[in-house]
Amino acid sequence: MGFQMLVPFGPWNWLFLLVALRCGGASSDLNESTNSSAQPELNVRFAAAGSEPAETVSVFALDYNYVQIPYEVTLWILLASLAKIGFHVYHRLPGLMPESCLLVLVGALVGTIIFGTDHKSPPVMDSSIYFLYLLPPIVLEGGYFMPTRPFFENIGSILWWAGLGALINAFGIGLSLYLICQVQAFGLSDVNLLQNLLFGSLISAVDPVAVLAVFEEARVNEQLSMMIFGEALLNDGISVVLYNILIAFTKMHKFEDIEPVDILAGCARFIIVGCGGVFFGVIFGFISAFITRFTQNISAIEPLIVFMFSYLSYLVAETLYLSGILAITACAVTMKKYVEENVSQTSYTTIKYFMKMLSSVSETLIFIFMGVSTIGKNHEWNWAFICFTLAFCQIWRAISVFALFYISNQFRTFPFSIKDQCIIFYSGVRGAGSFSLAFLLPLSLFPRKKMFVTATLVVIYFTVFIQGITIGPLVRYLDVRKTNKKESINEELHTRLMDHLKAGIEDVCGHWSHYQVRDKFKKFDHKYLRKILIRENLPKSSIVSLYKKLEMKQAIEMAETGILSSTAFSIPHQAQRIQETKRLCPEDVESMRDILTHNMYQVRQRTLSYNKYNLKPQTSEKQAKEILIRRQNTFRESTRKGHSLPWGRTAGTKNIRYLSFPYSHPQPAGRDVRVAEFTDHDGSDAEVPSIMFNTHSPTGSLQEGRRTQEIIPMKSLHRGGKPPHLGYQRNRSQEEQLGRGRRAVLRPKPLFHAVDEEFESGEESEEEASAIGSRWSTEHRPGRDLHRSHRPLLQRK
Amino acid sequence: MGSRSSHAARIPDVDSIRRETGFSQASLLRLYHRFRALDWNEKGYLSRVDLQQIGALAVNPLGDRIIDSFFPDGSLHLDFPGFVRVLARFRPVDDEDNGNRDPKEPEPLNSRMNKLRFAFQLYDLDRDGKISRQEMLQVLRLMVGVQVTEEQLESIADRTVQEADEDGDGAVSFLEFAKSLEKMNIEQKMSIRILK
Repeated sequence: MGFQMLVPFGPWNWLFLLVALRCGGASSDLNESTNSSAQPELNVRFAAAGSEPAETVSVFALDYNYVQIPYEVTLWILLASLAKIGFHVYHRLPGLMPESCLLVLVGALVGTIIFGTDHKSPPVMDSSIYFLYLLPPIVLEGGYFMPTRPFFENIGSILWWAGLGALINAFGIGLSLYLICQVQAFGLSDVNLLQNLLFGSLISAVDPVAVLAVFEEARVNEQLSMMIFGEALLNDGISVVLYNILIAFTKMHKFEDIEPVDILAGCARFIIVGCGGVFFGVIFGFISAFITRFTQNISAIEPLIVFMFSYLSYLVAETLYLSGILAITACAVTMKKYVEENVSQTSYTTIKYFMKMLSSVSETLIFIFMGVSTIGKNHEWNWAFICFTLAFCQIWRAISVFALFYISNQFRTFPFSIKDQCIIFYSGVRGAGSFSLAFLLPLSLFPRKKMFVTATLVVIYFTVFIQGITIGPLVRYLDVRKTNKKESINEELHTRLMDHLKAGIEDVCGHWSHYQVRDKFKKFDHKYLRKILIRENLPKSSIVSLYKKLEMKQAIEMAETGILSSTAFSIPHQAQRIQETKRLCPEDVESMRDILTHNMYQVRQRTLSYNKYNLKPQTSEKQAKEILIRRQNTFRESTRKGHSLPWGRTAGTKNIRYLSFPYSHPQPAGRDVRVAEFTDHDGSDAEVPSIMFNTHSPTGSLQEGRRTQEIIPMKSLHRGGKPPHLGYQRNRSQEEQLGRGRRAVLRPKPLFHAVDEEFESGEESEEEASAIGSRWSTEHRPGRDLHRSHRPLLQRK
Repeated sequence: MGSRSSHAARIPDVDSIRRETGFSQASLLRLYHRFRALDWNEKGYLSRVDLQQIGALAVNPLGDRIIDSFFPDGSLHLDFPGFVRVLARFRPVDDEDNGNRDPKEPEPLNSRMNKLRFAFQLYDLDRDGKISRQEMLQVLRLMVGVQVTEEQLESIADRTVQEADEDGDGAVSFLEFAKSLEKMNIEQKMSIRILK
């Protein structure tokens, strides 16, 4: 286990800690009050240095209190990171249990250590730290990585499910527990209705995304993932809003004084808080998008702008007692599209990674607090309350899932099956959110706070461990996967072919959604918003040279790995083939099967694949790149043999500098920049200059006359996916370097960027697909398509 | 966006298409919209280039072949009925269809055999009704990464043909192909849910 490597590391530090404590002998709390204590410490130090005649000048002294807080926090985060590394080293683990399990365990471990060493300063999380510092990054990350298209397509279902589901759960659990509390035998009669409702609202805050990674490989369909993701996103916001409203009620006056007017006011407030938050978020999103339009010369502050505006939206909303969570989510969603096109590539990567990092740190810290609070003396165990809480959580979730989906299925084109609903029911794993809200209950209003905290902890541990670990097998069972391991080579090959075929046909079919609304929005967006918010005339020169460098390097690599080698693509020499049927022994067959399994290309994932804790590695970039190069090669081969191509050498040597259209011989990778439907990318495409490479091939057999290559800025394509940027260019000079006789002739130098993750992000609408298309250096358009090329320019204006 | 009418009457021959393919009215409408969306310069038919515009197909290892399958017999233009005919193969199989089917009528386009035939023609480029070793090798090459050497590929191709070939002619006929996949749930594998 990963913990083994932590063990030698851990005790040393804690030993050091103990020693320091004995020496330091001070105790402080790990919150802002430490600052005040640090101050006198500081003064003391200086005083000691200055005036007091100490015994001697200490050559070696220890001042632990000075660094205590940052030191411990850093240690915890490092510990969690090491555990995560260990977790992923064992490949099977991530498929078995969600990463939250791991974090909970790490938290418990830290808690044990602190408790065991009787450390005098257990970390304390208070309300302002949580709501101001720890919560926003988590929510921001969720909002930023949300794939917008599936979200808005399913928004009705998502709002219905997340909103009503949270409310039903909260009130259901609260009321049921209140009824239980009325039973005298359990000794809970001092817990009144409001407290129960509050507890219900905080315990219904689920974090289902944590389990998403566990059954990701089971190819859950897109709608289901989107429902889960949408629920996770909105659930936090709704719980916190409910929580705040109920706390306000609790503070207001005694329970008996609450009148129906107040309840109505509460409902109205709920709606206003929600919508107001979203409104502010959208405003800030637009502002920040607008500002990024002007940052081309100081791209280093772009991430800063993104983060600061998001955070600002949160703070402003909180100031006005609106929902900061919904504000920051709306801000992230609005801003993402435009910011991605405006900022430079590196800024984009920075933003993504930094966001992941911040949210991961926040969550780790919350889990550590949770662990510390678990292993402690401040528990109150009440069997009845806890057991019934657990039971009611499950019961009410089941009720809400099945009831709400039954209703929404009547209106959906593609209803959710019972299997889907079971998965949604079972993914109701609680997470850090519930714990924080429970922990921050004001003790004055909740004399039995400890009981609530204990109950929350039990529910969290139960759901995270039991449900988290069993959901994988459950999903696989429901999926009725063929467990037929002994697939013959035939079957493997053919099934993979069929998968690819199916994915291809799905792409041809495109996405069927509510065209009208989407089209209207796109028109509006294209006409007004993009003009205001997107940069004009993105400078290309630096990018171009950067790409050239990248491509050269990659081309060299590729040549070395044999992609460009003739053997990979040559027509097999029939003469050398000796047709014998060999009898293969089983081991050979096995190894063959293995080779096939491991090397066949993966089917492009259309569903969104969101992993809360990680950004997926870019393996399928390579795959896409290989496929494209191969197509280029084979196509070139076929054209070389004089297959009929209506396009002749039209290009000539006209040096037309069209801003968006490449010309040359037709390629299967005919990734033209199309205007009509692909409104989202017109902006970026039209701004791209084309670069002419006058390659005269030695044999001059092909339309190498003039190639226009278009370098499309990579960032113009980001749709919730990771940036591909693998520019690949087989340069003429590089050709000469390689000196491949046969091939050197025919290298149209396409410039294309392998795109992959766009696929996984599930944004497979026409725009994205063509956006992906347009990313490719759209090479080759015959001259007669000139009229077509004009079109986009005209239309754009 | 052009004049996109949502009226089913605009689809030519809608009734005969419905009978032939079994699509519902709503699905046909959607497909028609999609057809027109792909046909962005409104020629009324699709050419290969239009389908190549779908960027995601470009990184599908079988992209070219899939596009070719829409243009049978080397034609260059794809009209709406042809488009729908291909997509009809991927309709989910309705169990009731098979029960009530009149045995004298031609098989529905989305029957298991027809699905298999469609997959078969992806391999069999020269349309001789058999997948030769060469054709198998070509498909393998398309679908496998570059780490696999040519020799390995050849031996895999050999083995594949050998496993399926029963009459020993060194090639896989359609029936042998179907037999090798008899255990597979083709109906589910080659069905797209949204194409009801």
